Amino acid sequence: MSIVVQSSTRKAGRIGAFLGRAFSRPSFVIGFAILALSIALALFPQVLAPYDPLAFDLSAIQQGPSLVHPFGTDNFGRDVLSRVIWAYRVDMQMAFFATIFALLIGVTVGALVGYYGGIADTIFGRCVDAIITFPFLVLVIAIVAVLGPGLVNMYVAITAVNWVYYARLTRAEIMAQKANDYAAAGRVLGYSDRRIIFRHLLPNATSPIIVYWMTDMALAILLGSSLGYLGLGAQPPAAEWGVLIAEGRNFLLTAWWMSLMPGIAIVLTGLGFSLVGDALADLLRPKGR
Amino acid sequence: MPSLSYLLARLLQIIPTFLLVMIFIFLLVRLLPGDPAIAMAEAKATDAQLEQIRHNLGLDQPLPIQFLVFVKNTLTGDLGRSIMLKAPVTEIILDRLPTTIFLALYSVLLAICLAGPLAFLAAARVNSAVDVTIRSVFQVGLSMPVFYIGLVLLTVLAAQMRWFPVGGYGTSFLDNLHHLMLPALSVALYTSAIILRNLRASLIEVLDADYVQFARAKGLSRRIVMTRHVLRNALVSTVTLLGLSIGNLMSGTLVTETVFAVPGVGRLMLEAIFARDYPLIQGLTLTFAVLVSVVFLLTDIVQSWLDPRLRQS
Repeated sequence: MSIVVQSSTRKAGRIGAFLGRAFSRPSFVIGFAILALSIALALFPQVLAPYDPLAFDLSAIQQGPSLVHPFGTDNFGRDVLSRVIWAYRVDMQMAFFATIFALLIGVTVGALVGYYGGIADTIFGRCVDAIITFPFLVLVIAIVAVLGPGLVNMYVAITAVNWVYYARLTRAEIMAQKANDYAAAGRVLGYSDRRIIFRHLLPNATSPIIVYWMTDMALAILLGSSLGYLGLGAQPPAAEWGVLIAEGRNFLLTAWWMSLMPGIAIVLTGLGFSLVGDALADLLRPKGR
Repeated sequence: MPSLSYLLARLLQIIPTFLLVMIFIFLLVRLLPGDPAIAMAEAKATDAQLEQIRHNLGLDQPLPIQFLVFVKNTLTGDLGRSIMLKAPVTEIILDRLPTTIFLALYSVLLAICLAGPLAFLAAARVNSAVDVTIRSVFQVGLSMPVFYIGLVLLTVLAAQMRWFPVGGYGTSFLDNLHHLMLPALSVALYTSAIILRNLRASLIEVLDADYVQFARAKGLSRRIVMTRHVLRNALVSTVTLLGLSIGNLMSGTLVTETVFAVPGVGRLMLEAIFARDYPLIQGLTLTFAVLVSVVFLLTDIVQSWLDPRLRQS
């Protein structure tokens, strides 16, 4: 028992030291701050948004940025800032839901084929080859075309393609870990395969997966907003950055703020994810590699 | 040059992959909720008309037979008829494909012109103000969706400054270059951000490598060291990266064609989706897959030509 306690306090100490090193990097601090703010906006838009995002105000149509409406108003007099803030909820959800199931499925499949190899691995390899032969967006919109537009169908379509990338990454990591002595020791001790894969090998393979997940969430926002823009993702009148930009498309010369402002939110959030991802990649990279 | 047997082995590898690609595409349309015939027919179609559509599509046959027919037709270049445009899918695609390939090559060229010199500049003085500025600007570029870059370029350079047309393709070669400048640039900005990142890292690594130090020490001129040793090695990883990001590039052209109303296969794909034109969607998806695998193949060949070590495996 004492060993367990000791190891858990040691673990807490290690996490503390890791956070200390992370927060001494300016890029991580900036990225973390952006993400923290994004999550806050996504969780509490009703508190943080100054106006109702759907309320028409026909006396204030397409007004430029001012103190009353910092991001201006759209062609129905809706406050653009409030719409951008409410869109955080949808877009941050996209970052999460478009990646998390792909991660869970991909990691499980990748760990299994990486560990067992054989015919399953060969079949897996061919499937990967076939899936990466399609441009990502083309395959996703083809699947959305079959399922119909909308957020949930978009998650299904992205997950159906995206899991492959996690599986490929995990497979490579597990195969590298499998060659280590501790894996052989586990087998000698008679541990079940499940225990060796999920308790011993996988925990040692998590760093690259987490780093990839960070960049992938940024990509999910880019992809999701592109689909929203094309009319295949979130549907109006829902506030989503791609949808908002599409709504402003016809007023680029008269009301540029309608499209410009949501784009800034996309860039900022993407930047937050990649700054945190890059910093984690640096910090988690094993020394000497 | 890579050996013939290497090329043959590589070509044979494509066959099982393509079989799976065909199965995916085949199942995609079969997975339609409900009856594809109903989805394709007009709302007021009679039962007899529906039966006719089903028969035309071969949907009254068992699935394996349908698949064999699909493979046979595809291999003979018959992709069916577009519902929306009422013409053979193959013809429509071949008509629109050159525009997209032109756009894709144009953006790769722009991306290399943009990223190449800047990567050298950044790698020459690591962590200098120049390096940090270049990297930050491209980091922001990586976080920008292609359609957004496109809209900004469209508004500022086309609508306001009137330097470029707001859309379309043009008639002569120079006219094409002029029309496609902004769509190509929108895709190029994203692609160049990926290239720059990789090229900078590999330049730093190569410049520091023992054999480059040695080449310098034995008195080779700076130019020869640069072209023969540094550039050639940095090129291998850049070519690989460019090849692997062909999917990204095609996704980018799809979006940018929509923003700038360029009549290529990307925009056609979107039109086909909104029109629920399944034969056309099927044909286009296949076209994209063929394009990507051709580029993957070319990448492998160029790669093994640039780096003889890769030919062994």
